[in-house]
Amino acid sequence: MSALNDLTIAQLRDGLTARKFSAREVADAYLAAMEKQRGLNAFILETPDVARAQAAASDAKLAKGEAGALEGVPLGIKDLFCTKDVQTTAGSHILEGFKPPYESTVSQNLFDAGAVMLGKLNLDEFAMGSANITSYFGPVKNPWKRKDGKDLVPGGSSGGSAASVAAHIVAGATGTDTGGSIRQPASFTGIVGIKPTYGRCSRWGIVAFASSLDQAGPMTRDVRDAAIMLGAMAGHDVKDSTSVPLPVPNYEAAMTGDIRGLRFGIPKEYRVDGMPAEIEKLWQQGIDWMKAAGAEPVEISLPHTKYALPTYYIIAPAEASSNLARYDGVRYGLRVPGNTLDEMYENTRAAGFGAEVRRRILIGTYVLSAGYYDAYYLKAQKVRTLIFQDFQEAWKKCDVILTPTAPSAAFGIGDKADDPIAMYLNDVFTVPVNLAGLPGMSVPAGLSGDGLPLGLQLIGKPFDEPTLFRVGGVLETAANFKARPGA
Amino acid sequence: MIIEGKTGTWEIVVGLEVHAQVVSQSKLFSGASATYGGEPNAQVSLVDAAFPGMLPVINGYVVEQAIKTGLGIEATVNEVSVFDRKNYFYADLPQGYQISQYTRPIVSGGRLVIDLPGDRTKTIGVTRLHLEQDAGKSMHDQSPTKSYIDLNRSGVALMEIVSEPDIRSPEEAGAYLKKLRAILRYLGTCDGNMEEGSMRCDANVSVRKVGVTEFGTRNEIKNVNSIRHVMQAIEYEANRQVEALEAGETIRQETRLWDVARGVTRSMRSKEHAHDYRYFPDPDLLPLILDPKAIARIKAAMPELPDAKKARFVEAYKLSPYDAGVLVAEQEQADFFETVAKGRKDPKLAANWVIVELFGALNKKGVDVTNSPVSAKNLAGLLDLIENETISGRIAKDVFQFMVETGKDAASIVAEKGLVQVTDTGAIDAAIAKVMAENAAKVEEYRAGKTTLFGWFVGQVMKGTGGKANPAKVNEILKAKLSG
Repeated sequence: MSALNDLTIAQLRDGLTARKFSAREVADAYLAAMEKQRGLNAFILETPDVARAQAAASDAKLAKGEAGALEGVPLGIKDLFCTKDVQTTAGSHILEGFKPPYESTVSQNLFDAGAVMLGKLNLDEFAMGSANITSYFGPVKNPWKRKDGKDLVPGGSSGGSAASVAAHIVAGATGTDTGGSIRQPASFTGIVGIKPTYGRCSRWGIVAFASSLDQAGPMTRDVRDAAIMLGAMAGHDVKDSTSVPLPVPNYEAAMTGDIRGLRFGIPKEYRVDGMPAEIEKLWQQGIDWMKAAGAEPVEISLPHTKYALPTYYIIAPAEASSNLARYDGVRYGLRVPGNTLDEMYENTRAAGFGAEVRRRILIGTYVLSAGYYDAYYLKAQKVRTLIFQDFQEAWKKCDVILTPTAPSAAFGIGDKADDPIAMYLNDVFTVPVNLAGLPGMSVPAGLSGDGLPLGLQLIGKPFDEPTLFRVGGVLETAANFKARPGA
Repeated sequence: MIIEGKTGTWEIVVGLEVHAQVVSQSKLFSGASATYGGEPNAQVSLVDAAFPGMLPVINGYVVEQAIKTGLGIEATVNEVSVFDRKNYFYADLPQGYQISQYTRPIVSGGRLVIDLPGDRTKTIGVTRLHLEQDAGKSMHDQSPTKSYIDLNRSGVALMEIVSEPDIRSPEEAGAYLKKLRAILRYLGTCDGNMEEGSMRCDANVSVRKVGVTEFGTRNEIKNVNSIRHVMQAIEYEANRQVEALEAGETIRQETRLWDVARGVTRSMRSKEHAHDYRYFPDPDLLPLILDPKAIARIKAAMPELPDAKKARFVEAYKLSPYDAGVLVAEQEQADFFETVAKGRKDPKLAANWVIVELFGALNKKGVDVTNSPVSAKNLAGLLDLIENETISGRIAKDVFQFMVETGKDAASIVAEKGLVQVTDTGAIDAAIAKVMAENAAKVEEYRAGKTTLFGWFVGQVMKGTGGKANPAKVNEILKAKLSG
């Protein structure tokens, strides 16, 4: 039998239900694995005491036959989710030591389903980044290594989540995705990540980055696990006005393996200049797999794609500049005193926020300023509508869209660090999905020439996550991605 | 109001922005209590304190209150409105932004008819009404080195009601505020208490030469806490501007504060250095979509408002517009009057008693009509006794005094004190005979033509009967006897 921490969530569920092992044994196996991988810097805070207590409670429930969907399954929680009485930092110095007196809806839903929390996972500061190098608590290392042995980024902002899932030190992890923060790191680490439709998971209790784009989702080793985990996370929440009152379908049951007759769109605008040949090749491979499974490719056009990144980098910073105004040193978190109120604000925010966060606050403040609002923010909102309409047009021709997840494999820590634009280009395929509020999933599909994982992205219609799971399952089977980091 | 300056005559132009705290159990976007006067920071939710990840959820009752108010000022209730963030840093603004409505308010295009001396009225346009959050309160007097923050008010729902610049004098401004406050109170959407700050007013004041159609540069006078002060502040500010302009100065657009102690306005901050509020739609809230059926339902349940009530009082009770206006100024007064007047032959008598006697007595005691020691039913009982001639109008005033002092009903007081009017002609005859016998000389004078003595005789007879004799009967019999 393989080690407990090498089992998928579905396998853990079966084993725990059959009482082949206890939740406590599973938790201990993960805690041990976690300790061995501290070099990854995946966790900002390990919570072994919480894990053991929750595992004991799970064992009691399992004994009574009252197991939830994730009973005894050890997860990592991205440190953007507020966890009751457990430090929540958003990867920022400004929230260091902050212990929320409340539990985010998504983490509460997971705990209600029996999940066990191993700790709080590292991330880019306030989820702003594509490489997990902006965290105040240091960069996360990708468990995958390039042939030259260089340390690689795990992607971002959910870098700790991706690295820990790939390294088998958690069975699954929560992520959040504002412009690709679940899917790009999933692609960089060879795991599955899904950003659900905007409004599918409650945002209540998640530290806000860009409210109209932020969405929580699962990061797991395979598609089935993502289906199980999303089923527990999702649902209507009256505390989030943008959460949608729709029932949560059985995502696992949607994985029928049958995509015959399905039409999948290939957006011609995603053949971007300078895209590496291996990405092109992988995309073609994906098309071939789906054709072989009986689906029909359709060329589609998303004509406003080229405006998506600039649009995103206006809207997201605009919202962030306002969302982050509350970190002012007055009520919680860091306070650096000053002689006047303004001085206290300046000292606190200068010391509390890192360079990337400050950059985005400045951009956001600028684009909302009098005299610039119409040219930037308002224009961006109009383009956002056009991007949404592009997809609406596409859905007349196809049921799902297939694209690469990211334009490259994982890069080295330090690469692109001084070139924000190059860094922002990582999100070129993922950002339009957030702007349109659609569900998107990254499925590991192959290895780069350097032996690094590459993902394919599936984009679905609003609230059509079931189709993503169905197609994702088929892609996963066809790709038969078995590579492991360090193997 | 016209200001006679050295260089010509000037006209005042005023627009008012009223912040009315919405009557509601809980705040605009959180479940925390919105009541006044709690211990500092006792009524604060995690949303109000802007903890990370907290989200606003609109309070449906507050929305209904805003709709009601919009209908009350004959405005358009917009089926789609949008909440925006107004961004600025201040210690008592936890989110770093106020959620307000900027480009798309819930209510637009209303009007208010104000009552002016001489039964004149004037219509003042209302530009818009929007919903927004109140800020917390900074307390600078608790510590020598620190400011303290009370967030009880943070997030409480306000309606900002903005008038057109249609107001032309301090009196019109006062009349506007009184009428608006009356409507808000009739609707139960704001208690209109300016001293407690549940209704606050900023006045935009400018002046221009009579005949000029463009507006002058305006100044905004902030947070004046009574109608009287608003009127004084406008008057002072208009005169200040005229003096400045006539001295060749230009008016800078700025925010000014009313200094109550010195009776002057003084500069607070110049608009040139004003915040750039960076308004944008709040992404945490969807546009507010109202169901036209819900608006219709609220409209159908609207109470009668002051103007309609005043018209009805004039029509149904034959009151003067002035008296009707006094009565409808507060709903409780109007209700009190109607209880007293209903079914009465002479409703004017009821109006006089309520306005002169009752309001006079309440004024002296310093209480309002809701705390009146004389209930409407008891006052009606007193008027019944006058109308059925059990007591005279004069005795009724004494009885009323006892009623004010004891809270008892009129009939018991009349019975207790033996104040029943004497209508028995035998008793009146006897009293007259006694007065005439004792004052034979005066009778002679009267009969010799000094008829002005008649009133003196009436007084003597009334005195002789302890004031209880029916004055009409006394008159009638006395006239006959004296002539005899």
